[in-house]
Amino acid sequence: MDLEEEVLARIERQRKLRPRFRDDRITMVHGAGGKATHTLVAGLFAPAFANDALAELGDAARLDIDGAALCLTTDSFVVKPLRFPGGSIGELAVNGTVNDLAVSGARPQAVTAAFIIEEGLDADVVRAEASAMAEAARRAGVAVVAGDTKVVERNKADGMYITTAGVGVRRGGAALGSASIRPGDKVLCSGHIGDHGTAIMLARGELELDADIVSDTASVWPQAEALIEVAGPALRVMRDPTRGGVATVLNELAGDAGAGMVLDENAVPIHSAVKGACEILGIDPMYVANEGVLLAVVAPEAAGDALDAMAATQGGAAAAVIGEVAEEPEGMVLVRTGFGGTRIMDMLIGDPLPRIC
Amino acid sequence: MRFVDEFRDAELARTLGTEIAALAEPGRHYKVMEVCGGHTHTIYKHGIEDHLPESVELVHGPGCPVCVIPMGRVDDGIHIAKQPDVIFTCFGDMMRVPGGDGSLIDAKAEGADVRFVYSPLDALKIARNNPDKEVTFFAIGFETTAPSTALTLMRAKAEGVTNFSVMSNHVTIVPPLMALLESPDLRLDAFIGPGHVSTVIGCRPYEFIPSDYGQPVVVAGFEPLDLLQSIYMIMRQLDQGRSEVENQYGRVVPWEGNLRALEILEEVFELRPYFEWRGLGFISQSALALTDAYSDFDAELRFNIPGVRVADPKACQCGEVLKGVIKPWECKVFGTACTPETPIGTCMVSSEGACAAYYNFGRFARSKARAGA
Ligand code: SF4
Repeated sequence: MDLEEEVLARIERQRKLRPRFRDDRITMVHGAGGKATHTLVAGLFAPAFANDALAELGDAARLDIDGAALCLTTDSFVVKPLRFPGGSIGELAVNGTVNDLAVSGARPQAVTAAFIIEEGLDADVVRAEASAMAEAARRAGVAVVAGDTKVVERNKADGMYITTAGVGVRRGGAALGSASIRPGDKVLCSGHIGDHGTAIMLARGELELDADIVSDTASVWPQAEALIEVAGPALRVMRDPTRGGVATVLNELAGDAGAGMVLDENAVPIHSAVKGACEILGIDPMYVANEGVLLAVVAPEAAGDALDAMAATQGGAAAAVIGEVAEEPEGMVLVRTGFGGTRIMDMLIGDPLPRIC
Repeated sequence: MRFVDEFRDAELARTLGTEIAALAEPGRHYKVMEVCGGHTHTIYKHGIEDHLPESVELVHGPGCPVCVIPMGRVDDGIHIAKQPDVIFTCFGDMMRVPGGDGSLIDAKAEGADVRFVYSPLDALKIARNNPDKEVTFFAIGFETTAPSTALTLMRAKAEGVTNFSVMSNHVTIVPPLMALLESPDLRLDAFIGPGHVSTVIGCRPYEFIPSDYGQPVVVAGFEPLDLLQSIYMIMRQLDQGRSEVENQYGRVVPWEGNLRALEILEEVFELRPYFEWRGLGFISQSALALTDAYSDFDAELRFNIPGVRVADPKACQCGEVLKGVIKPWECKVFGTACTPETPIGTCMVSSEGACAAYYNFGRFARSKARAGA
């Protein structure tokens, strides 16, 4: 081993230690969905609440209650602006929670909604969000079954914040866990990435950049169900690449599985308008949030059928195999660039990006 | 917007890589410095080194605007940001640069109104929209970004905006190159010239490098193929025993630069007698301050900044990295105490910084990955 490799090996050992939260204050970086968020959650909250269901830190908790195999999850939404091309905060609030259930292999059943509303907000805005939520719930096949409302003084919230929780029933067939990932497995992506985060950044109107980009907010249950049915136990794991984007999810999977993820940059479906806008903004679409995309790891023998099944679903036409699992580099994501080179792709590090979900 | 892919053709890259290898003299090691942080970023992001023979080594230079900001300037900025009724604006990367006591992000969490903007004009817009606040823009960058700061100031003056000021940290590219070439511990064979800076200053200012130091300079664009082609042009010069300034980025860079932009710079800025560079120390005539005509907009005059000098942390070897004397991973704290989340040095902050680029994109055994391909 040469000196450079030794240094790199030492760094990897250090990176594998359980994150410890040592910051004096919460900064915006802790909310960006990257490493700092991970450290806050794994280093402060997880130890405080320590229990088996939480320990996985998955998208939703798996609960077995009196013989019922359930999934439970919750999510808050503070997006600014409230409406943006392709969706609104209410739609996101339903789809976000539905998707956390879907990628955990559970058919979404019911959601709850809690609203924190700012004094002075136009009632039409509230009305519009209520109907957007109702419509999203109808499309996702869930009911909004309970809720709560609080009003805070002017300037204490940007119009409104919404917190949703959801419960779903786990579908049999797929064990779903990153521990089952093996070298040779394929990584599948259900659609174009980066649309949501880019649409929000443009909608904020601070960039004086116009492009035809709309949020992809939608339920991914159709894709998840298709995968469970076709691939069964060959379906290793599914994820919902929201904040932190595809890059962050793949890094988490690589870390959990103790394997490498090798991504083929050219195979990742990205709209050219998103690519162009990200190029101008100097951000990598791999780190941009999605609200209607599913990533899955599937055993190689089932990958072809899984891809076909996903592509046949509504909203799955752009589905693609974007990479595969390898033995090395352990715990990392390696990208084969369109230029014929290689680089690694780390988790998102503290970009102060605007609030996107 | 399809233009981004055209320049990234893997086939062409392989061909260029083979031609570069063919020009390399067996047994000779070549060290080529890319001056500009934008190039460093491109090199890592696209894995350009995979196309180069092992005997051609790229050395990352001092051209990352965030990396060269000394801690004292960050502290001065934070001092302004903490004044009552101030909105402090800067580019996103700047917010994470550590000062002597925390970064602008920390100051924001403690209550200062710090906002990131994409351009100085955005900062001026914030000033117009908040007439009861003082809006300051923390300006950084080489001759690339200085003209847009200058234009913003000219506009502010023309419009009579009184609640806007700029803390100028603009620097110039040639003085640090001279300092580098004079430094005894450095041995380079050639330079890849900075494309964006050169659109403003042109190619002439680099002529001293071949004439006084006998080293080729090729001004290069920012697509990965631009870089490979410029390395090829450098190797061809070395092979033919030539050393001159060549312009690979002719589609954008005029040989004489942009005269209008230079005029604007002349009107708004003047050279500071000296300026401290992170890790490189004081370099004379290497930075820009506002001229008297714009002194009303000078944040350093408007606010009583402490202007203290903060010594770089002991562990920090950014100076050596910026000079290309050591590789990022050779710094003692690289990747352990100093990471992009908890940077000790500035090179670990911006994605154009050599340490951050290597940590984020290059931190794997390249030879092994290549073998596995
Ligand atoms: S690892 Fe950190 S301290 Fe060392 S040179 Fe790089 S940025 Fe500076």
